[in-house]
Amino acid sequence: MIYLDLLIGFLEVGFFSFGGAYAAIPLIRDVVMAHGWLDDEMLSYMIAISESTPGPIMVNMATYVGSLKGGVLGAIIATSAVVLPAFFIIILIMVMLKKLLQNAIVKAALSGLKPCIIGIILATGLLMIIKNCKITATGSFDLLTLCLTAAIAVLYFGSRKLMKKGLSPIMLICISAIVGIVAYGI
Amino acid sequence: MMALLELFFTFAKVGMFTFGGGYAMLSLIENVCVEEKKWITHDEMMNITVIAESTPGPIAINCATYVGYKKGKMIGAIAATLGMVLPSFVIIYVISRFLDGFLEITWVAHAFLGIKIAVGILIVDAALKMLKNMKKRPMQLSIMICSTVAMILISAFSLRISSMLLMVAAAFVGILIYEINNFFKKEKPGK
Repeated sequence: MIYLDLLIGFLEVGFFSFGGAYAAIPLIRDVVMAHGWLDDEMLSYMIAISESTPGPIMVNMATYVGSLKGGVLGAIIATSAVVLPAFFIIILIMVMLKKLLQNAIVKAALSGLKPCIIGIILATGLLMIIKNCKITATGSFDLLTLCLTAAIAVLYFGSRKLMKKGLSPIMLICISAIVGIVAYGI
Repeated sequence: MMALLELFFTFAKVGMFTFGGGYAMLSLIENVCVEEKKWITHDEMMNITVIAESTPGPIAINCATYVGYKKGKMIGAIAATLGMVLPSFVIIYVISRFLDGFLEITWVAHAFLGIKIAVGILIVDAALKMLKNMKKRPMQLSIMICSTVAMILISAFSLRISSMLLMVAAAFVGILIYEINNFFKKEKPGK
């Protein structure tokens, strides 16, 4: 029964995907391959679609596979399955949070975790810029993208100096979509 | 009721514009929930990030559930999470049904190349904002620098090491240093 398979398959993804979508891709790959839902080529296309459309990547993948395999009901089941574990775990943590955060050992662990996560996020951003600009160890790079990255960064951080609030991330995304259409179109 | 609708639509707006996964979204959530609506503080935002990272599931969902629960308990959590999921659900459903070669459309592909540039910058910005609010003691700074370098090396050599491992190690270092400090405090009871 496809609906039950989708439910169990994506509950599994929802429960065991620590550290965001990119860490979860191998897990998702195992699940969709094991059920024969997608082949390797379809999977890469789906990852590309999930990355380039808004919303959490894992949710996008669940909706996509669910819709392909079980229509609108399949999409709803797969999406709910991937969301529910995170939802209930967070509720559980929220209920216990006050006590948890007062525990000395938890505090000590957090004092190490926080800077580590900032480092991971910083590295993820830098790696993304490096990948966008196709910078390699041999020193080659994509000049156009590098210039665009510099220009958009100056615009974003500069707008904060000039204007009171600066550009919002949403505005920045809209602007760079238009910049992309124009700059890569010619 | 108004508060619930506000939660729903705020997260629907965030959901509409979060390209490139959870980290890029942190910048948006920070912008909307901390700076604009003042629903949570910078400190709480940092806590949410840590919790979202160390629990399973999409980071965006973890954040939405957290803020929703804080503002409106269970119903608030449901409203915020639904808001977060709904835009991408509709978009992906339409693409999966009707748009076979969606990414092959030239101007769409170009727009996404542009968006990817913004996403990289937004992720770096999210990290820099958190760094600004971090306690800059030697331990914190060295853990931060080590994990940045480690992540870049892991990627450069395509090692199959999960960032979870880095996080576990960092938590362990935090506990270790706390215990060492405790030990020395006990040694000198006069202080």
